[in-house]
Amino acid sequence: MNDYRIQGATGDWEVVIGLEVHAQITTQSKLFSGAATEFGAEPNSQVSLVDAAMPGMLPVPNRECIRQAVRTGMAIDAQINKYSRFDRKNYFYADLPQGYQISQLYHPIVGTGSIEISLDDKEPEASTKTIGVERIHVEQDAGKLMHDQHPTMSYVDLNRCGVALMEIVSDPDMRSPAEAGAYLRKLRSVLRYVGSCDGNMEEGSMRADVNVSVRKPGEPFGTRTETKNVNSVRFVMATIEHEANRQVDVIESGGTIVQETRLFDPGSGTTRSMRSKEDAHDYRYFPDPDLLPVELDDEFLSECRDSLPELPDAKRHRYENEFGLSSYNAGVLTAEVETARWFELLLMESARAQGEPPAKVAKQAANWLISELFGALNKLGTDLENSPISPEKSGELLALIGDGTISGSIAKQVLELMLETGDAAGVLVEREGLKQTSDTGAIEEVIAKILADNADKVADYKGGKDKLFGFFVGQTMKAMQGKANPQVVNELLKKALG
Amino acid sequence: MSVDTETVARIAALARIKLGEDELAAMVPELNAILGWVEQLGEVDVTGIEPMTAVIENHLRLRDDVIDADPLTGGGKRGDVLANAPAAEHGFYGVPKVIE
Amino acid sequence: MTDLTELGVAAIRDGVAGGDFTALEVAEAFNANVAAAQSVLNAFITPTPEKAIEAAQAVDAKRASGEPLGKMGGVPIGMKDLFATKGVQTSAASHILEGFTPEYESTVSQKLWDAGAGMLGKLNLDQFAMGSSNETSFFGDAINPWRRNDGGNAALAPGGSSGGSSTAVAARLCPAATGTDTGGSIRQPAAFTGITGAKPTYGRCSRWGIVAFASSLDQAGPMARDVRDCAIMMEVMAGFDPKDSTSLELDVPSWEASLSPDMTGKRVGIPREYRLDGMDADVAKSWDDGIAWLKDAGAEIVDISLPHTKYALPAYYIIAPAEASSNLARYDGVRYGLRDLPEGAGLQDMYAATRAAGFGAEVKRRILIGTYVLSAGYYDAYYTQAQKVRTLISHDFKNAWSLCDVALAPTAPSAAFALGDKSDDPLAMYLNDVYAVPASLAGLPAMSVPAGLNSEGLPLGLQLIGREFDEQGVLNAGLALEQRAGFVAKPEKWW
Ligand SMILES: [Mg+2]
Ligand SMILES: [Zn+2]
Repeated sequence: MNDYRIQGATGDWEVVIGLEVHAQITTQSKLFSGAATEFGAEPNSQVSLVDAAMPGMLPVPNRECIRQAVRTGMAIDAQINKYSRFDRKNYFYADLPQGYQISQLYHPIVGTGSIEISLDDKEPEASTKTIGVERIHVEQDAGKLMHDQHPTMSYVDLNRCGVALMEIVSDPDMRSPAEAGAYLRKLRSVLRYVGSCDGNMEEGSMRADVNVSVRKPGEPFGTRTETKNVNSVRFVMATIEHEANRQVDVIESGGTIVQETRLFDPGSGTTRSMRSKEDAHDYRYFPDPDLLPVELDDEFLSECRDSLPELPDAKRHRYENEFGLSSYNAGVLTAEVETARWFELLLMESARAQGEPPAKVAKQAANWLISELFGALNKLGTDLENSPISPEKSGELLALIGDGTISGSIAKQVLELMLETGDAAGVLVEREGLKQTSDTGAIEEVIAKILADNADKVADYKGGKDKLFGFFVGQTMKAMQGKANPQVVNELLKKALG
Repeated sequence: MSVDTETVARIAALARIKLGEDELAAMVPELNAILGWVEQLGEVDVTGIEPMTAVIENHLRLRDDVIDADPLTGGGKRGDVLANAPAAEHGFYGVPKVIE
Repeated sequence: MTDLTELGVAAIRDGVAGGDFTALEVAEAFNANVAAAQSVLNAFITPTPEKAIEAAQAVDAKRASGEPLGKMGGVPIGMKDLFATKGVQTSAASHILEGFTPEYESTVSQKLWDAGAGMLGKLNLDQFAMGSSNETSFFGDAINPWRRNDGGNAALAPGGSSGGSSTAVAARLCPAATGTDTGGSIRQPAAFTGITGAKPTYGRCSRWGIVAFASSLDQAGPMARDVRDCAIMMEVMAGFDPKDSTSLELDVPSWEASLSPDMTGKRVGIPREYRLDGMDADVAKSWDDGIAWLKDAGAEIVDISLPHTKYALPAYYIIAPAEASSNLARYDGVRYGLRDLPEGAGLQDMYAATRAAGFGAEVKRRILIGTYVLSAGYYDAYYTQAQKVRTLISHDFKNAWSLCDVALAPTAPSAAFALGDKSDDPLAMYLNDVYAVPASLAGLPAMSVPAGLNSEGLPLGLQLIGREFDEQGVLNAGLALEQRAGFVAKPEKWW
């Protein structure tokens, strides 16, 4: 692995990165009120009296939020704190009706854990790194301000206000934009496997505060800046790139880095200082007196643990060991929970249709999914989640290949027809006459004609040019329009050529 | 610890309470009197004592994840939440323009 | 016919149920008293005579159709203007909430209406319940109906923060009223006006819909003429509320039905640290009277020690302002209440201007103290230390309960003081709650019962503090005192 370095006038600089990821917990209702969390509703239509911080309103926590945070912690092998507390983080802003955010500072629900990232897609095991997670705590999201609707006013929509977030705080363990990108993708993958967050960065369900500092290799950490609410993996990487270079420039031109909050501008790919939150440093955290400590019992914890699905790393290893898949293929199939789910359905359907154990048909399914279906979907500009053909129909197609009804090349044709028409593979093969023939009489007839037409090549073959065997196979298949069973063709050709 | 005018001004800014100069000047000795008095708490030996978390022994109840289970704490009441707003427009709360 | 406004909760409830008079007659009688006194005593911020009439008519209609009338059927009451009441201004006696008309009803007030009570109006109080004299109200002082017997006619404070409540009950403007007690705000005004006020165990009454002052201390309770009336009303007000995370998931006992003045077998603790140097002689004497009365009722009197008593007030004046500074951050001129938007002001300027204009001096003082003690570098020295001391205060009581069942102490260090006497000296004002605050910090049930008049002809109260959940023990000891004190004095009508 190459070390990522910023080349400055005074030498090489190392970048130190930590990420605070805010992940919206997938729930029906908000963290402390019964209002809905659905994205895209009319402004202020999903706001309760509690969310609007009406006088006398009180928070009552949502069990599902606690449960999902705990499950997420378990998924990254973190320490689960049976005792945690909600604190108030006090500051004034128009998107924060209470004048404080209910969060967890002193006693977070999840303590230290870790996430293993892989820096090489081809060989996932070849280059890995463990990124520490310092903590996960549960907190309220804020509302939304709109600045462009009125000449002198900003508009406030509190629909998001009080939606439950997990703040997942990493250690400053990353050293390059690529590592940060890999960490985010892996974290997103884990969250989606667990089902605690949909990972939808466009809708703001996941966003990162990016902490960046630079130092000369081997020296102590430099002063960091925090760029807030960056909402895509690409932007996070761009933020780091820009911020690291900016900091090197500042330091090398005699300046010092101030610890500050910055904002990423996707248009220019640069960051700038965020003046509006300048004086918000003294948050006056204290335990929320409206809430008692969160105390988790063993029954709750074992339910959380028992309900955890197989996670991406474990699944990848199983695909390699149990199914004999290459680690690249296993990695591709397990990176996203939706892919793995689709693959496993396909495997089940294909195994059922072929009357074989899954392990026996797994390689075929994996190869077909990765090299055929992904390609076809890509061409259509869609993805697996929106695939027009189902795992069940795909399984049928694989079974037709497996039992020799169609050849691999005909299968490509069938897949295209399936995507076009939506019809089942069997129906298409029948209707289009694509069935592979094992009718020895017909094949022998064709072979006889080909050998007669190519007497010279037959002579060469007999004279020792073994390679010409492929030529005869090709000619036969061509004459048979690809529908001859290749195995039968081989056998009959061998016989005919003596 | 006693507070000076500058500190009181900083605290007032943090609390978002605009204080006139006279008000600020009057507040300094008042706060100092109160702070001086509460500081006697420092005398108490609290070794091994946990800060109070629940006044009366009680357990935090967690509610089920159900939308609008109780209409009093549910959403879908835009009219109610905007009813008292000094400047509500088009279903939003209006505030002076914020530059982020 | 008897003057209906001389009747208390039980008498009105029973009289309406028995057909001796109608709920409407009762409501009209009290409405008349409210109207006659309003310009002088200023007990109400918003009288709601039509609400009282409406509720009374509903009760009378129920009676006519033979339906049950509820535990407080036909009883009109005053509602401290800290409880959100749907469609009726809820101001917390502040300018910043002037005109705020909630679209919701607090749990406690809803329970009262469901039990057949009606609302005579929203009562005056210290602004955001911060004060001990009702002098911090934006809507002016409430005036204690009592006067000293020196002929000076000095206007006296009715206590606070529930000063409108105490004034109204003492002056027969309502038979009972709600109060809230954060550091004595029910008991001290009750003592200052010769009425009875009780605060249940923290968590008995839901805080949902009550404008928050200090969340870990706030507790609603009844203020009425006697112990029985408090028991009736507290039974209605209390009860588990899933909307309040600190609400106690306990059934409400039948406090009224179980009332008993027999103290045989009960031990009454006398906290030695409450006997302060330079104690007011009349207060000391009334305490001794109380001891004698409870002994007479069959109780064993024991000496107890609450060693951290001295630190209760300073701890309170860290914890309560800290919580308040955060609880009151929501008053920012965005979603409700006052907005002060100076020409060209940005968002943060608007906050600062709105809060400067909307909060009174005492509220500002407490927000600043609270902000300071929570601020970076001071949190542990002040807030954490105070919460540890609070634990010790709670331990003191737990230790005492191994020696006694209920504690007896004065409610306040003096009788009602004159308006203006302490309003320039915050610390002197705070010291008024020296006897009331420890029970608040420990979340314990406590009540004040009138014990007699001092040499100036002003009422004095005695306080009973009980174990957590043992409201019954407190009420019973209160009843034993009440029967022996024979307190029948009432303020002579001058308004
Ligand atoms: Mg952050
Ligand atoms: Zn956060």
